[in-house]
Parts: sequence; structure tokens; C-alpha cells
Amino acid sequence: MNIDFMLEYLPLYEKAAVLTVRIGCEGILIALSVGVICALIQYGKIPVLRRIVSVYIELSRNTPLLVQLFFIYYGLPKIGISTNAEVCGALGLGFLGGSYMSEAIRSGLETIEPIQTESALSLGLKPYQVMRYVILPQAVSVSMPAFMANIIFLLKETSVFSAISLMDLMFTAKDLIGLYYKTTESLFMLVVFYLIILLPVSIIGRIIERRVRYAGFGA
Amino acid sequence: MPDLGLEVLFKGKNMIRLLGGLWAALKISLISVALSIPLGILLGILMVRKEVVIRAVTRIYLEFIRIMPQLVLLFIVFFGSARAFGSDISGELSSVIVFTLWGTAEMGDLVRGAIISIPKHQYESSAALGLKNSQTYFYIIIPQTVRRLIPLSVNLITRMIKTTSLVLMIGVVEVTKVAQQIIEANRMTSPNAAFGVYLTVFLLYFIACWPLSLLARHLERKWG
Repeated sequence: MNIDFMLEYLPLYEKAAVLTVRIGCEGILIALSVGVICALIQYGKIPVLRRIVSVYIELSRNTPLLVQLFFIYYGLPKIGISTNAEVCGALGLGFLGGSYMSEAIRSGLETIEPIQTESALSLGLKPYQVMRYVILPQAVSVSMPAFMANIIFLLKETSVFSAISLMDLMFTAKDLIGLYYKTTESLFMLVVFYLIILLPVSIIGRIIERRVRYAGFGA
Repeated sequence: MPDLGLEVLFKGKNMIRLLGGLWAALKISLISVALSIPLGILLGILMVRKEVVIRAVTRIYLEFIRIMPQLVLLFIVFFGSARAFGSDISGELSSVIVFTLWGTAEMGDLVRGAIISIPKHQYESSAALGLKNSQTYFYIIIPQTVRRLIPLSVNLITRMIKTTSLVLMIGVVEVTKVAQQIIEANRMTSPNAAFGVYLTVFLLYFIACWPLSLLARHLERKWG
């Protein structure tokens, strides 16, 4: 291992890591918004929208992100919808993640039986109070493990961004291998940077999961 | 109606080539699944043992494989092997190695989960009924474990198929690569081919994975 080489190209990796995290976060935020909307539509059983949402969920869950990105990035411009690579990355991640987030949220909401809402309403709570004090605390606790797993999953999926020529970590590593044949060093840095990004998220996720595990008494 | 570039698919052998590409991807995932399932069962059984060393080693293996993006693992095996062993291994072989390592880890975790989800009273009751140890496993524990495992394993297969799309990045010719070739070859005659061809690839993946997802959901409901 050549330490000098690694130090020299450290800034390149840093830049790439920042890009990966930034687009990852944007994508996760989009995914979360899409997920909340879809989950509410399905939970509220809104007639037509519900069908559309379930078609979307099936399409997004049963196709790989790489193919989704290729379609958005190379396919859509042909019918006049063009985006730049960054927006495309975030949108693709949002499209993929939306369905996963929606399933996580819906599974949380659905574990709360209607009797709880009815009881809360008959005790005189207002609808928003029912949501705030009865439904959400339980739903969040149930959804949290799936939710954290999705965030890690989506951050990992950002690794395919190099396919649409975003200069992310994979792109940087491949570039350096091609240019200087410093395979070991480039791959080592790649692994280290992904660990720096993903390990804290994974650890924080576990802590949060443990803290919100109050819903399942006796389980 | 804009030109969607769908006519390219019906030229020459383009559709057959795309399907051939899909088959190349499916083959990699099927081989890896076939290898991962027995290895994963073995790993899962090892993971519930009480020896500290075995626990630590399997745990580290699982955590490392799970936290690394699969593409990183592909790069490590594909580019790293040449450096480590002085010989080149093909993209296909690297993908099978990586997907087997990954599948084994995921499958191992599922098996571990299924084993520890069997309540202790099942063992105790069957012992109280006078069943031998081997009988307990054969008639009581394994049937229940398998029922919990099958839907999850089917889901793992769909994940594996979706992940094979990544092998494009280490130069394996699979469906997306074939799509690129078709689009490039018809650049002049049908400039909008990218839309139609990538849409087709998208739908091909969907057709490959959706039935498996439905099956998994059905089995989960039936046995859950």
C-alpha cells in the first residue's frame, strides 16, 4: 500500500463522498415525501389514487435502480423530459425509495386497530390529537426498524450513480484504477469511505430502534 | 404521438438479443441462489451456536457484507483479484462469487432468524412427548423453520435478480448492456431508441421479478 498515493487523492474521494451523501439525502427526502403520500392514500383507501399507488409500488419494487436511472436519464429526454445527472440521481432514488418508505409507514399504521381510533374519538380527542397521541407514537415504533433499514438500503444504492456519469465514490475509484493501476489503494479507500458514511448511520439506527421499542410490550 | 423508438425492437434479432441478455443476468442470479441457499443454511446454523469465536467471525462476515454496497464488493473481487492472485477472473465468475457471498450472508441471517423464532416450548413439549432429539428436529423444528423461510427466500431471489443489473459495471454483457449496444447501433435510423429500449428493459425486469414477489406474498399469507 502506497500511503503517499492515498493522501494525494484523498481530496478526490472527499469530494465524491460529499456528492454521494448529498444526492443520497436528497433522494431519501424525496422518497420519504413520496412514501408518506402513498401510505396515506393507501391507509385512507382513496378510490382511484389507491390503484395508481399500488401499481407504482409494484413497478418500483420489482425493478433495479440502475434500470430506473437509465430510463430516466437516457430514455425520458427522448420524449422531451430532460434532467441533469444530479437531479436524475435524486429522482431515481426517490422513485425507488418511495415504495419502500410507503410500505414501512403503512405497516406501522395498519398495526393500530380501528378500535383505538374509535375509543380515542369517543373520549373526546380531536382528530389531530388522535393522530398525535394515539396513532403516531405506536406507528413510529413499529415502522422504525424498516425505516432505518430503508435509509441504509438507499444510501447503499447510491453506488450505481456512476452509471449515469456522476462523479461519486465508485466513479472515482474506477477512474484511479484505470489511470494509475493502484488497485489496492483505490479499493481500500473506497471501502473506508463507504464505512465512514454507512457505519454511523447503521449505529445511530440501532440506537433509535432500541429507544422507540416501547409499543410491543410483552413481545 | 412522438416517436418512442419502439420499432427498433422489432428489427432483426433485437428482441431475441435482449431476452438473451436477460437470461445472462438470470443465469448469474440462479447459480448464486443455488449456491447461497445451502451455504446460508450452514451459516445460519453456525450463527446460533454458543461458541464465542464462531459467533464473532460469522457476525463480522455478515455485518461487512451487509454494510458494503454490492457494487463495491463486485469491484473488490473483479479488480482486486487480478492484484491479489496475479490472474484475471472473468466478470461472470466475479459476479457469481460476490452474489454467493452476499446471498450466503443474507440467507444465513434469515435462517438464524427462523431458528430463534421457534419458541423454546416446542422443543420442551416434543421432549415431554418422548420424541428423540433427531425426531424433534425432523418432525417439529425443521417443518416450521422451512415454512417461515420459504417466502423470505423467494424475496431474496427477487433481490438477487434486481442486483444482477449491477454486473454491467464490471463489463458483463447482460440485458442493459445489450440495450446500450442496440441503441448505439441504431443511432442514425432511430434516434429515440433509448426511450423504447430502456422501457423494455425496465418491463423485462418487472416481468422477471413480479411473479416471484406475488408468490412470496401469497406464501407468507398462507403460512404466516
